[in-house]
Amino acid sequence: MSKNLDFVKFDKVDKSYDGKVLVVKDLNLDIAEGEFITMLGPSGSGKTTCLMMLAGFETPTNGEIYLDKNPISNIPPHKRGIGMVFQNYALFPHMTVYENLAFPLKVRKFQKDEIDKKVDKALSMVSLSGFENRMPGQLSGGQQQRVAVARSLVFDPQLVLMDEPLGALDKNLRESMQYEIKHIHESIGVTVVYVTHDQSEALTMSNRIAVFNDGKVQQLSSPDKLYEEPVNSFVAEFIGENNTFAGQVTNMSGKECKVKLNDGTEIVANPISVKSNGDKTTVSLRPERALINTKEKMDNNFKGKIEEVIYHGDHTRVRLHLLGNKEFILKVPNSSANMDIKMGNQINVSWNSHDARALDPK
Amino acid sequence: MSSETEKILTTDGIPLEVSLKKAERKNKIKAFLLVAPLLLFLLITYIFPIGDMLMRSVDDKMVTEMLPKTFKSMEKWDGKELPPEEVFESFYLDFQKLVEEKRDGKLSTQLNYTKNGFKSILKKLRRKAKNFEEGNYKEQIMAVHQRWADVEYWRAIQRRAPAYTSQKYLKGIDMYKNEEGNIVSVEEDRRIHRILWLRTLEIAFFVTLLCFLMAYPIAHLLATLPMKYSNLLMICVLLPFWTSLLVRTASWMILLQQQGVVNDFFVMIGLVADDSRPEMMFNKTGTYVAMTQILLPFMVLPLYSVMKTISPSLMRAGKSLGGTPFVAFWKVYFPLTIPGIGAGCLLVFILAIGYYITPALVGGASGTLISNQIAFHMKSTLDWSFASAMGLMLLAGVLAIYWVYNKLVGVDNIKLG
Repeated sequence: MSKNLDFVKFDKVDKSYDGKVLVVKDLNLDIAEGEFITMLGPSGSGKTTCLMMLAGFETPTNGEIYLDKNPISNIPPHKRGIGMVFQNYALFPHMTVYENLAFPLKVRKFQKDEIDKKVDKALSMVSLSGFENRMPGQLSGGQQQRVAVARSLVFDPQLVLMDEPLGALDKNLRESMQYEIKHIHESIGVTVVYVTHDQSEALTMSNRIAVFNDGKVQQLSSPDKLYEEPVNSFVAEFIGENNTFAGQVTNMSGKECKVKLNDGTEIVANPISVKSNGDKTTVSLRPERALINTKEKMDNNFKGKIEEVIYHGDHTRVRLHLLGNKEFILKVPNSSANMDIKMGNQINVSWNSHDARALDPK
Repeated sequence: MSSETEKILTTDGIPLEVSLKKAERKNKIKAFLLVAPLLLFLLITYIFPIGDMLMRSVDDKMVTEMLPKTFKSMEKWDGKELPPEEVFESFYLDFQKLVEEKRDGKLSTQLNYTKNGFKSILKKLRRKAKNFEEGNYKEQIMAVHQRWADVEYWRAIQRRAPAYTSQKYLKGIDMYKNEEGNIVSVEEDRRIHRILWLRTLEIAFFVTLLCFLMAYPIAHLLATLPMKYSNLLMICVLLPFWTSLLVRTASWMILLQQQGVVNDFFVMIGLVADDSRPEMMFNKTGTYVAMTQILLPFMVLPLYSVMKTISPSLMRAGKSLGGTPFVAFWKVYFPLTIPGIGAGCLLVFILAIGYYITPALVGGASGTLISNQIAFHMKSTLDWSFASAMGLMLLAGVLAIYWVYNKLVGVDNIKLG
């Protein structure tokens, strides 16, 4: 089976509600068949608007959206055949679970026995068999959520949209539902477009993540690449934890550059989005890439003062005052070698220049 | 189980329940004192008058009290032939007493209600009775007028013996108890109340329907528009509330009369000829138009309050699952608004069924309702017991509608906002 690589295609899509501000700017995005793609971003970044345009509840101000090569801007939502899971589930409160699931099948004029079969299958998929005659109000949040997922899949759509479906659940339930949705996706191979503002949700579930900010896709890549190799300082800040140093490039030399920080010290960094000497930059470094008192040879070695120690069980977070940055965070794994971390101590901190990414200035 | 709970004691050794009651007594008294003024107010202005109305509508003590001896002696009479001398004697005594007290006029009015023809023979009896001799009253009274020898008239007197009567209620539905004691309808050309009841129901029903048809889209618009527009629209809906009912009705009179604004407009656009302006007032049309406008807010508000709570994502879900906009509306949105529809319709129907001022002013002869008839008997004929009876029938009708509604939809589902 050859995969359709642009099953969903946003082609130069703009969206504005008031004619003054563009909520979505020049969006180009290809989504492959069977992919689980997440639109991740802070609220107001345009991700939900994109989803609504895809579902047909909003029309693009400019540009076109293609579904399986066909432009869909003029197709009303009910003819698009796209399943959707809403933020607050949007289960029909006056119908039983069975009737909720049968709704999309009834409007498609399926036979009664076929409806029964499909509803059964969908309910067992979300392990809710036997709940047919309950009303949504009698279900817990997690169960309602699963009914909503089952309802969006029961008519076998090729594409399912999920708009922050786990937002209303508590943390434990959210995590187990993440796996459940992921497994459902893997087992039936449907294309999923998932919107969330929760980065851990995005990282655990997606094939690819599109990070939205300010109406634009900042970076579109797989979760690991997004985390390890952010292309700009917004992505670096938004995904995971991040230590930053503001400075100026002084010495560009191919794969390395020197950055002069505001307090005068120079560090070696990996130039990503800086071009030449004198460029202002923000150097980004993941907390777990900086090591303390290590014997490994690394090209950045500095001394810092411990300002705060927070015990997290499996690791300890250490806040340092380092190179003028009072918010420098370190994650120290919980092992006996690191028991001398005390407030006020001076420690050696080192990292590889490859991990210190010189990005655009904030 | 209960014996176990009884055993629970507080640390001081007092049973828990006693201690709890003691602790809550103060709050209960406080709560009662807070509602006491309203309770008293309701008792005086609502419950007591309704009770009084009920009594009045079935009260028939007047004649019973005026002819106590007569009715006592009539107890043994089988009503087949003329009553025995005993009855005539006690009737004479009762009547003489009434004449002394100058209450015989009331008796003749009351008896005339029961059977026509009493007025003149009682007058005659009053004149002649002065010269009656003691004994053999039967002969003497029968000699006054031939009707006194007619058993029908004595039966009519006997019918007034009970202290309570359903006569007013029967009259309310154009029926009466005939001489044989059977309940029958009055002649066809005298049936005016049934027409009024039916017209009241008809007008209330169509006003409710019209209100519903107009209010549903407005309420939906109100619930979905952005705040700043919906507030403005809400003010437009509520504007009628801030104008006096009388003023609103009067303005409808200005609009609807034959030389009125609406007719002028119709003539101007050439819809009707100047010399054949339609009558839109002093008939049903006027009642429909004015009542619908006045009762519209009572439909809009409950509908709005229900629609406001329906998440727009439900309609979206309906559409995204493949329902056409109509299917999504009909299967998803509409069923969720039923509590509001029920509340609005019940409210408008109940208000419409007892509407008074508007039909009185713009209804004319063919547009008046049962409440106008009640008012007529209150003010003009002074037959308060009949007015009470009809008022109570109206109340019973409303309660019946409420009961039916409760069976069909369930009152718990009503949402008034």
